[in-house]
Amino acid sequence: MLSGASDKLEILLVEDNPGDIRLIVETLKEGRKDYNINVVKDGEEAVNYLLKRDSHKSAATPDIILLDLKLPRKDGIEVLKEIKGDESLKSIPVIVLTSSNADDDIANAYKNHANCYITKPIDLDKFVVTIQSIEDFWFTIIKTSKKK
Amino acid sequence: MNGIKTGTSQVEILLVEDNPADVRLIKETFKDFKVSNNLTVARDGMEAMAMLKKEGQYLDSVKPDVILLDLNLPRKNGFEVLEELRMDPDLRRIPVVILSTSDSEKDVMKSYDLHANCFVTKPVGLDEFIKIVMSIENFWLSVVKLPPE
Repeated sequence: MLSGASDKLEILLVEDNPGDIRLIVETLKEGRKDYNINVVKDGEEAVNYLLKRDSHKSAATPDIILLDLKLPRKDGIEVLKEIKGDESLKSIPVIVLTSSNADDDIANAYKNHANCYITKPIDLDKFVVTIQSIEDFWFTIIKTSKKK
Repeated sequence: MNGIKTGTSQVEILLVEDNPADVRLIKETFKDFKVSNNLTVARDGMEAMAMLKKEGQYLDSVKPDVILLDLNLPRKNGFEVLEELRMDPDLRRIPVVILSTSDSEKDVMKSYDLHANCFVTKPVGLDEFIKIVMSIENFWLSVVKLPPE
């Protein structure tokens, strides 16, 4: 619906926890559409990927970004600031998906123009339902701007 | 079920929309939702800003937790409202869902550039419209953490 009928939605997942990566990727694989999901495991690599630096020269610009906050090397808020401060990246929706429930983190994420903030549920089934809600809302009914 | 804001029970929503049929449909869909909410309507961009800034007769208006914003509005359009909101230190964090008949790439892009939180195109069919309003409320009222007060 968002991108042309021919190409798949490009998703960038920025997450260091292997269990969470697996759960998110598998839930989306069983989802209603085919997605191209790319995973980067720290904040530095996320920025390199988005700016197509180093080993990411041929990286696809994502249609949407799922961003953890607690990340090695560069934390999620720093990554968010770089995305929202970059003319060519700022229109990509960023969904913050984190274990943090702290008011400070929530406020800080919205202040830096996160498109939404979601706390990862501890319960596994609820986590899956949350991923499916993201899929239903962001990957299905939301318009993203396709910038290539 | 409460994925929402800490401490309060009712989610405050501001709907900025001039089409009476859309207002009615959205109001009715929200009324039936499982998460307790209070929906206030502004009919044009000027009225929306007056409510948000508590000016004149809107001195007692409540700060919304989420704003649903149409783009094509009398007196002040949705982009102008969005731009003002994002420059106001007190209002800049409120999530804004753009709900518009437009699906032009230019409008989508401009909305995100002005830091709209998401962009939803109003479907033409009634059932589809209700479904979309239900997804918006489900997502923003029960999945997302809204900014703290």
